[in-house]
Amino acid sequence: MTEREERRFAEVPRESIKLMAESSGVELSEEVAALLAEDVCYRLREATQNSSQFMRHAKRRKLSVEDLNRALRWSNTETICGYGAQDALPFRPLKEGELFFVEDREINLVELALATNIPKGCAETMVRVHVSYLDGKGNLEPQGTVPTAVQSLSEDLLKYYQQITRAILGEDPHLMKVALLDLQSNSKIAALLPYFVYVISGVKSVSHDLDQLNRLLHMVKSLVQNPYLYLGSYVRSLVSSVMYCILEPLAASINPLNDHWTLRDYAALLLSHIFWTHGDLVSGLYHQILLSLQKVLSDPVRPLCSHYGAVVGLHALGWKAVERVLYPHLPAYWANLQAVLDDYSVSNAQVKADGHKVYGAILVAVERLLKMKALSLTLAAEGSGAGLPAGCPWEEWTPVSLPAMYCELYSFFGDSLAVRFSTGLPLGGQNSVHIMMITFCCFVLRAFLTGGLFLSRVCRSLARSSSSSVSRSRSSSSRPGRSTSQSRDIFPKARFPLPQAGPPAFSFIIGGRQMGRRCQGRRFQTSFSPTPPLTTHPPRAYAHKLPVIGRVSKPVRRWTCSHYSLHLPL
Amino acid sequence: ARHNSYRGKKMAAVQDAPMELDAEKETKPEILSDGTSNLSGNTASGTLSSPPLTAGGAPKQEDQQTLIAVLQFLRRNKLTESVEILRREACLEDQEDSQTLDGSGGGKGDGDGGDANSLLSRVSIASAAAPQSTLTPIPVKSEYDQPDVSVVLSAYSQQGDPSLYQVYYSSLKNFIESVLDCHRAELSQLFYPLFVHMYLELVYNNHENKAKAFFEKFSGDQECYYQDDLRILCGLTKKEHLKGNEALLDFRTSRFVLRISRDSYQLLKRHLQERHNNQIWNIIQEHLYIDIFDGMPRSKSQIDSMSGSFAGETRREVNKAKVFYGLLKEPEIEVPLDDEDDEAENEEGKPKKKKTKKDSMGSKSKKQDPNAPQQNRIPLPELKDSDKLDKIMYMKESTKRIRLGPENLPSICFYSFLNAYQGLTAVDFTDDSSLLAGGFADSTVRVWSATPKKLRKVKSAAELNLIDKESDDVLERIMDEKTASESKNLYGHSGPVYGVSFSPDRNYLLSSSEDGTVRLWSLQTFTCLVGYKGHNYPVWDTHFSPFGYYFVSGGHDRVARLWATDHYQPLRIFAGHLADVTCTRFHPNSNYVVTGSTDRTIRLWDVLNGNCVRFFTGHKGPIHSLAFSPNGKFLASGSTDGRVLLWDIGHGLMIGELKGHTDTIYALKFSRDGEILASGSMDNTVRLWDSMKAFDDMETDDFTAATGHIHLPDNSQELLLGMYHSKSTPVTHLHFTRRNLLLAAGAYNSQ
Repeated sequence: MTEREERRFAEVPRESIKLMAESSGVELSEEVAALLAEDVCYRLREATQNSSQFMRHAKRRKLSVEDLNRALRWSNTETICGYGAQDALPFRPLKEGELFFVEDREINLVELALATNIPKGCAETMVRVHVSYLDGKGNLEPQGTVPTAVQSLSEDLLKYYQQITRAILGEDPHLMKVALLDLQSNSKIAALLPYFVYVISGVKSVSHDLDQLNRLLHMVKSLVQNPYLYLGSYVRSLVSSVMYCILEPLAASINPLNDHWTLRDYAALLLSHIFWTHGDLVSGLYHQILLSLQKVLSDPVRPLCSHYGAVVGLHALGWKAVERVLYPHLPAYWANLQAVLDDYSVSNAQVKADGHKVYGAILVAVERLLKMKALSLTLAAEGSGAGLPAGCPWEEWTPVSLPAMYCELYSFFGDSLAVRFSTGLPLGGQNSVHIMMITFCCFVLRAFLTGGLFLSRVCRSLARSSSSSVSRSRSSSSRPGRSTSQSRDIFPKARFPLPQAGPPAFSFIIGGRQMGRRCQGRRFQTSFSPTPPLTTHPPRAYAHKLPVIGRVSKPVRRWTCSHYSLHLPL
Repeated sequence: ARHNSYRGKKMAAVQDAPMELDAEKETKPEILSDGTSNLSGNTASGTLSSPPLTAGGAPKQEDQQTLIAVLQFLRRNKLTESVEILRREACLEDQEDSQTLDGSGGGKGDGDGGDANSLLSRVSIASAAAPQSTLTPIPVKSEYDQPDVSVVLSAYSQQGDPSLYQVYYSSLKNFIESVLDCHRAELSQLFYPLFVHMYLELVYNNHENKAKAFFEKFSGDQECYYQDDLRILCGLTKKEHLKGNEALLDFRTSRFVLRISRDSYQLLKRHLQERHNNQIWNIIQEHLYIDIFDGMPRSKSQIDSMSGSFAGETRREVNKAKVFYGLLKEPEIEVPLDDEDDEAENEEGKPKKKKTKKDSMGSKSKKQDPNAPQQNRIPLPELKDSDKLDKIMYMKESTKRIRLGPENLPSICFYSFLNAYQGLTAVDFTDDSSLLAGGFADSTVRVWSATPKKLRKVKSAAELNLIDKESDDVLERIMDEKTASESKNLYGHSGPVYGVSFSPDRNYLLSSSEDGTVRLWSLQTFTCLVGYKGHNYPVWDTHFSPFGYYFVSGGHDRVARLWATDHYQPLRIFAGHLADVTCTRFHPNSNYVVTGSTDRTIRLWDVLNGNCVRFFTGHKGPIHSLAFSPNGKFLASGSTDGRVLLWDIGHGLMIGELKGHTDTIYALKFSRDGEILASGSMDNTVRLWDSMKAFDDMETDDFTAATGHIHLPDNSQELLLGMYHSKSTPVTHLHFTRRNLLLAAGAYNSQ
């Protein structure tokens, strides 16, 4: 029973009555004002109650000013003019003095009358009929199919939509470029977004045609880059289309001549782009992407091209994704990959080539991981122990320390890891320094064991450097002057044309920088103290013999285990 | 007056109350008849005398009079000590001797000159009662020449002590809550009318604060379906306000009807007499009509299903009148069977179908339905040739009608009004679904053609003169091809159009508006022919008779009017509703008119004599839609409470309740065979109900028919055959085509 609550109705205070009386020049006594206030309240309520029946008969839910005016008119009261507008009048408080008023701007009638932009009249009232339910069942017309839905768009938009899709999916590359550019910058296509998204979702039906897939991906890119489009929940749909290109064993990839790898690389880049620019539109998107990538990666039934996609996808999403998904997965995955690569039969040649692709992708990913992790550690150290940078909100995931990670990765990749380290893109100085330090240590230590295969290279590079005393002293302590001719045989890099692979080049600023920031360099060195025992371990000695894949047939989690696997020759 | 004295006597002899019980019953009819005169007399006296208990040290004349009466009473009961004390305290010794009726009258004159009328009435009551007192044996002879004790006491009891109202009410409440369950539900019906009357009495007697306190304390106990009334009541705290509020004045003067079993009634009566709760008893006597029945007390659900109206329940005898609900005999028309015969030969199923059709129609056409009215009970217009052609068309169409049922639901076509910024308020289809009319809040009426055939005006008089009137296609020639268009606007009203209705022959359109008029438009010239003035207030609805010529309208003036198109004044005025008449419908046989009202009741009126022959209560909100079943036996009504109620007209009983809608039901329609009931509502849905099952499930035993106590099966979910959503279009109108395709109409609401 809520009547008691409802009894609280608005009341006009006697002060207001007095004020109104004063404004019209009448002085009211307290009692008169009180009586009047009460009567006014009653009359107002009565009028409101009467007006509600006008609303009900007009078959509306909203009481309008018109309704109240009708009620007033029928009770022989003057109606209130000037409030018939449909849109709400703002009711504003005045800060100084507790005054509230309805904002009622003055309108210059002359201006209005002479205005050149004559407002358009309302559209003509009309009746449209459609069969809503057939034989008591729902409307059988298929919902949401584009061609029928597009017909409800305006003529111009419809034309635009047709032209653009035709241009993008057509043969003429120039036209396509123009269309994509327009799609990127047109501010009036918001209404078409669902249709474009729908077109893009057609990737599934053209998986045999790399060209079309590429075009559709370009379309995604244009849409994503269009600053006037609010993608909203369509992001999800776009992401799923892109993911399809990354992960699915496309029909086009059956033919080895088709370069679906590039498509996957491009799609992965696009994915990261979408994620970084629009990832905030859909909650949990990052998580979902990671999950699906992980699922593909952990599914041995999937073809290698899918795995490749997962790896490049993770790589594109950043080193944290790699660290979180790929790195823990690596030992398990390694076994499968190695099995592929170990199979030298002719029938396996194609698969093996694919396997090398995957291997290369993984390698690139983990190198980047190491670099970035090292960087972040340094940054954390510099930033007065701010810990890992934000962006890794996973509680269940405990970061592995960099040295441990390096050791483990090294156990898989051996020297190829180290080489790629140094040959990676030159990153921010600080980072390169530390990476170089690790690499260099490894090199040096390994050089002792392997007869200095690499030393010449290292030394040469170091010699060319503007000399860091630390590194130089170390390098000089090693034995220089060995032949370099074997390196190519041992590290057949040419077999893995990785996207990021550049010509091997050491960055020589390293040492100098190191010199310049001495204390940091020292700190860094100390933090890497566990590395030497690791690298000095005998198994490392064989690492270079298994340059491509790693040496271990069984995945090993701890580096000590690799000890027992050294007898497995490649 | 006789009633007054009678009660006075009873008060005087409370001890032998049981003896009075039978006499009480016998006098009831008289009480009924003079209820209003009683009321004025009592309330008038009430305003004059203030309660003795609160009287100050210097009592006024009328207080003294009351005191004297009290003294007399005490003396008679041999309470001499009390008499002495009272005398001392009231300083009455010196005045007592001079106290006479005339004296008191003169005293009052100067005491309160403003209320001369009430004074007069008071005097007249007193004088009228005086001779009567000689008839009633009063055991005590008074020593003084004093006013009759009974009169004064009655005045006193009527007025009551405003501060005691709460006590009275709560003591009754306690009593009702303590009785057996079976009686409690019945007696709980008393709460609402008593509450309202006591509150109004407090307000009427200017006890504003007491009234507020009373409301505050007991308004929460009322049934939730009285909320709207309570909301109106709570704002009403002054006598002046009461004067302006016609609905509440009606409530005061009309009697709230309650149905209570004899046992419960006896229980109540005994309690009130034991507790001397005269205040309550007086209200029951004067403002309530208690319809006592013998038999089992009704259950709470039974009561709830029937209550909720502004005037209580239906009196049993009201719905006893005979209603000729059968259909009129169809006129014999030679149906040219040329093309149909061909079809019959071609198709196997056709002749059979036609046969069943013939049977169903034949039952009304061949032998007279015993429940049908005389063919000429009300004069009906003769059929024109065009009407006969239309009938033939109708029969042809009906042979192609789809038989609907739970397994065979109709298709629904939705007519959406787009860009109806001005507000769509009413819609109607012609019977053959060829035309569609919309009434709008901007005072316009628009007519659309629902077929590819465009709307054309008749040529002007000058042009018509040039036409060869002998030619065969003269009807085609008179039309002006230049004016052909899909829709036509009709301008003439000066307020929102709340109701539109096509004439059965599609030549006319009626529209009713807020401007107080009903207009008749020609669909040949698309001009206004007549403006029917009479309502003077907004006309909420209008409806053409199924045979044309007559139409009915109902409005804010609380009456429905029956008109003939060629009379500028109404033929009948159906008065009885306590609030606005919101919707009106003609019975299929044109002999009856049904009206729904804001007072939450439905009345069926006889067109012949203007009598109210059926009175249905049970809705909990204003009624906004009504529909007769095609066979004329049943009525469906929809209201703002989102419920559809089904009524059996012959027995005058509620036979079904269809729950499901969440907002006002603005449209109701039976399928052409009456098997499906479609309801459309503000909640943007159309629902289909199995009306056949609802009618079959009804209790038809004699007992139910005799007592009117129905047990409604709660089977709404079983009866609901389908629910169909529109996106954002409230359903304003529903129509079944002749082939049973359901057409729905409403304005698309973009907000």
